[in-house]
Amino acid sequence: MSTQPLDDKTIAELREIAARYPEPRSGLLPMLHLAQSVQGRITPEGIEACAAILEISAAEVNGVATFYTMYKRHGVGDYHVGVCTNTLCAVMGGDAIFERLKDHLEIGNDEVAAQRQGDSRTVSLEHIECNAACDYAPVVMVNWEFMDNQTPESAVQMVEALRAGHEVSSTRGPKLCTWREAERVLAGFPDGRVDEGPTAGPASLAGLQIARERGWTAPDPAALPAVEAAQKAEGQQ
Amino acid sequence: MTDTLTPVLTDTWDAEQGWKLATYAAKGGYAALDVAFAQSPDDVIATVKDSGLRGRGGAGFPTGMKWSFIPQDNPKPKYLVVNADESEPGTCKDIPLMMGNPHVLVEGVILSSYAIRANKAFIYIRGEVVHVIRRVQAAVAEAYAAGHLGKDIHGSGYDLDVVVHAGAGAYICGEETALLEGLEGRRGQPRLRPPFPAVAGLYASPTVINNVESIASVPAIVKNGAAWFGAMGTEKSKGHGIFSLSGHVARPGQYEAPLGITLRELLDLAGGVREGHQLKFWTPGGSSTPLLTAEHLDVPLDFEGVGAAGSMLGTRALQIFDETVCVVRAVLRWTEFYKHESCGKCTPCREGTWWLVQALTRLENGQGAEEDLDQLLDQCDNILGRSFCALGDGATSPISSSIQYFRDEYLAHLSHGGCPFDPARATAWAGQEVTA
Repeated sequence: MSTQPLDDKTIAELREIAARYPEPRSGLLPMLHLAQSVQGRITPEGIEACAAILEISAAEVNGVATFYTMYKRHGVGDYHVGVCTNTLCAVMGGDAIFERLKDHLEIGNDEVAAQRQGDSRTVSLEHIECNAACDYAPVVMVNWEFMDNQTPESAVQMVEALRAGHEVSSTRGPKLCTWREAERVLAGFPDGRVDEGPTAGPASLAGLQIARERGWTAPDPAALPAVEAAQKAEGQQ
Repeated sequence: MTDTLTPVLTDTWDAEQGWKLATYAAKGGYAALDVAFAQSPDDVIATVKDSGLRGRGGAGFPTGMKWSFIPQDNPKPKYLVVNADESEPGTCKDIPLMMGNPHVLVEGVILSSYAIRANKAFIYIRGEVVHVIRRVQAAVAEAYAAGHLGKDIHGSGYDLDVVVHAGAGAYICGEETALLEGLEGRRGQPRLRPPFPAVAGLYASPTVINNVESIASVPAIVKNGAAWFGAMGTEKSKGHGIFSLSGHVARPGQYEAPLGITLRELLDLAGGVREGHQLKFWTPGGSSTPLLTAEHLDVPLDFEGVGAAGSMLGTRALQIFDETVCVVRAVLRWTEFYKHESCGKCTPCREGTWWLVQALTRLENGQGAEEDLDQLLDQCDNILGRSFCALGDGATSPISSSIQYFRDEYLAHLSHGGCPFDPARATAWAGQEVTA
């Protein structure tokens, strides 16, 4: 994948990020997101550009870029697939999904699958830690969008659809954009996809649905003294 | 008697386009602002104190008390930082909350910032949830456009700016001082306390750091009063909280209930452990809280009840594992996680988590002897309480609790010469495939 140089527009946007904060260095994490959205990875040029804007050393920027796992020192695919293999997802099938994808894509952890003849897009694979969607286990993330309740078969079908360039949507989010486009959102530049997807997925609504069926609610603030009196009476019994 | 489930934060999650300001406003959203602006900031702090709200990010520190520690005679600017770095294994409540109802968080940010007299607030969201970040970014933009943020909010003379900040992949940034380092553009390594962030936090200024659910609980408290909040929950653990059921349960998901509900009650609502299986072990509040077993089904899930049972309420992340799961495999995987996420600053955690993985790997492979279990516990003893933050402490929780409850299963690995369990039986699709 070719690395395009940082143009004036990007440098201006990097400055814009730094200006959001009382102290410019606070912008470094989103600035690095922007740099890799433009260049596909963290490059020496991207590090130097952030350092120059923030008036800190390249070594300091490098120290930050190497600490956080979302910054990539080498290229990833158009679609970066993360399989949760933390305990709960692993047990529920994440280990089997990760093994199947490694086998199917013929790559190891944190590698990019070969672009075959006819593939219009590339895919990379990584095992990830808990992504806060345990009620949808086993979970796969694509470009940090949720793909809930996966199986080895569904995951293989998904990566094949992605490689073929078909439209794929998150199970409770938008149509998947590329990794670079997602990184730009993380830098604080919205992409207009906010209104895609539902308010909540089915598991998120499990308790609320039961409450609706049974008429359960939080206490009515207007009826509160009665509630307190009842509790007092209960306590006295 | 309150109802078994009490949807407050989850109440709008079934609304069409629940993330929109119009949806939130139609349900009374942002009405708490004028209630607060009619009071002094100290009165708002007093209300939150009286409500008994305790931090929903795991530690359970009283929120109003935290706010009152901000030294108002300090001339530096005050800051509010929302910890939206939800990463504790098993914890999955803040992410759907911000996805489905980001405005309740924004309203909470405004009220909380007003109370501590901050004019700048930050929402630090883990980077690995792009759509959640979109929703919060849009909610903040809508709130500005509607005059709920910016200069002279609702004509009150109060100004507030909010920045949505994306992290970049580091569990440790859920620790409040590591989060501040990340927010200052540095490696996310915890700071030694004291000084506490209330005195010297972001940019060495007085700073309150609260979890998403804590801040999102504030609007209803301001609107309905401290007594309303206190009508839910138990004596020292008041109010509603989101309980997250995951794993081997028929209907995993989010259940918002008064604190003090039991796992037995929650499992009844969730259809029980998956059909044909029995509960083996569970975490009450994420992987850093010691494991519990079926003997703890009736423990009240409040700070005191779970503490008395030898664990911690944590983030109410109830990960349910049935009898098909090897506890050694589960614990080793968590330990590998802590090893990976240790920031490397403190030696006992940095080196200790590596030793733990080695010792556990040998045991899982059926190598070693029973004495190795005692050595493992000794290693835990040399990690617990010896570092700047609680990451290393959390790493020891699953190990020591699993040896306490399942010592025989560790020994079975030794006598069996490896793991006696078939991992295929534990998967979500086990028993569903047609065997050839």
